[in-house]
Amino acid sequence: MRTIGIMNRVLKELFRDKRTLALMFVAPILIMLLMSVIFNTNSATNVTVGTVSVSHKLNRQMADIKHVTVKKYNTQGAAKKALDKETIDAIVKKNGSNYSLTYANTDSTKTATVKLAFKNALTATSINQLKSALKQSTTATVKLRAQLQALQKQQAVAKAKASGQAVAAQQAATTTATKSTSQKSPKITNHYVYGDQDTGYFAKMMPILMSFFVFFFVFLISGMALLKERTTGTLDRLLATPVRRSSIVFGYMLSYGILAVIQTILIVVVTVWLLGTEVVGNMASVIVINLILALVALAFGILLSTFANSEFQMMQFIPLVIVPQIFFSGIIPLDSMAAWVKDISYIIPIKYAGDAVTDIIMRGRSIFDLGFDIGILLIFLVVLTFLNIVGLKRYRKV
Amino acid sequence: MGQAMIDLQHLAKQFGHQTVLKDINLTVNPGEIVGLIGPSGAGKSTVIKVALGMEVASGGSAKVFDTTMPNRELLGRIGYMAQTDALYDALSGRENLKFYGLMKGLAKREINREVDYVAKVVDLTADLNKRVAGYSGGMMRRLSLAIALMGKPDLLILDEPTVGIDPALRRQIWAELGRIRDEGRSILITTHVMDEAELCDRVALLLAGKVMALDTPAALKQHYQVATIEDVFLKAEGVD
Repeated sequence: MRTIGIMNRVLKELFRDKRTLALMFVAPILIMLLMSVIFNTNSATNVTVGTVSVSHKLNRQMADIKHVTVKKYNTQGAAKKALDKETIDAIVKKNGSNYSLTYANTDSTKTATVKLAFKNALTATSINQLKSALKQSTTATVKLRAQLQALQKQQAVAKAKASGQAVAAQQAATTTATKSTSQKSPKITNHYVYGDQDTGYFAKMMPILMSFFVFFFVFLISGMALLKERTTGTLDRLLATPVRRSSIVFGYMLSYGILAVIQTILIVVVTVWLLGTEVVGNMASVIVINLILALVALAFGILLSTFANSEFQMMQFIPLVIVPQIFFSGIIPLDSMAAWVKDISYIIPIKYAGDAVTDIIMRGRSIFDLGFDIGILLIFLVVLTFLNIVGLKRYRKV
Repeated sequence: MGQAMIDLQHLAKQFGHQTVLKDINLTVNPGEIVGLIGPSGAGKSTVIKVALGMEVASGGSAKVFDTTMPNRELLGRIGYMAQTDALYDALSGRENLKFYGLMKGLAKREINREVDYVAKVVDLTADLNKRVAGYSGGMMRRLSLAIALMGKPDLLILDEPTVGIDPALRRQIWAELGRIRDEGRSILITTHVMDEAELCDRVALLLAGKVMALDTPAALKQHYQVATIEDVFLKAEGVD
């Protein structure tokens, strides 16, 4: 009963604070929109590709593709210099029959454009080569057959004597034939001056960003709210009534849980309908995960607010608590980090929520397969809630 | 007159190495207004905090309603008003009263009746639906007092209740406190206003963590051979 009373009061206060509400609901949408614009619209960007010892045919094919300009260089060194000076965005170099591609990769969309252009150009040119390769391999097969027949004849004449030699000859012939076929599909190696193939995709960031916004705003606003209760004396007065300490914590949880659900729905709707992000899995599952994360953020905010004496001190937790959450949330690929750095991510709640939401949105996994992530989040929640209820003992001893 | 509402015996309280209360002996009987006076830093607020169970006594005993504090359930029978107003300023006066009433464990129907009654006592009926953010300092103080009065508690603990309240309303409030006393309920009140101390049934003089004297205002004046409680206060402090 008292829990509901506290929930009602917190919600009333929240919905009367229009600016804070706007911050919670409008700010994430604004940032999401901005990010999608910044990361996606320059997909029609113009790229300049430097080529080194690439066939004339391939050069022409690439130059024919929209938004692609080709510059020829005589040596790899000259091309590399141009790449450093940013006059070109990528180098295509032919090593024998293989291609080596080097991307500046400061802009992932440019890298993607070059990759696609090169692939298309290569496919177009290799169709001709495939034809000739087919011819060549056919001739090789004919040759082989003739040899085989000859061998068989030989074998019939001189069985034991020449058999060893014949096998060797046969093997050699087969190898040549295979070699000539494999040359027709050249190996492509990719090099990145900066980052790797996973660098910066809004699609990859979106699910994690969503969780991050939920965490950030609930953490900050709930922390501030409890801080205010403490500094204005209302917490003391509340504790001078027979209310249970747990009722206060649960009252806050209920109200901010409701807020987090609304916020998540809004963010999901915006990202799906306005930004056109594809959600493979179940949207309800996404909301459930973010609700749990919001409760963790709430418990975290309440706990840390007891260590702050003013709103300004609460803000000081942002670089200490929030920024590391971004680093280890999975927005930056964790695979490339050193093992001990990677281990830090295991104590970061957003990592688990981000993993779970990514699995749902991008891989369409069911919420029931994500027991591990949800379990860890619930452990965070239970431990932090327990600490909060015990922590309120500081203000009333019973 | 029956058992004491508040019974503090040899109460001591330390925060770390700092001793705030050394030896507090204080009783508040039913139907009595006890004033707690003393210079700032003497430990008045700490006495109140121990009586409410927000702090635990380091030594001695602290009993309220004959039960050792801290005790959560007993808090429903105590009306508390802190030095700070402790109001939710995004809510209206009525919403504040209702919320605290609910927290005290009053029934829904009781709450509505109590809101109307306490609002009349502190003269806030006309402003009850306004947001507290728009209240003046005096109005906030009155609302804070009204919250303490909610639910007719057996014991009122009031920390500087009349600061910032104009004389006419102060008189009205004291009249109400007198009515509460006559109903057999008790009040422990801290104050800086010495002519208010004269209105108390007994006055406890708190100095350096000790109760120097606890008696009726008349007896105190006679003991120190002065004309007013203010002089008692000064003499006890040694200022003279």
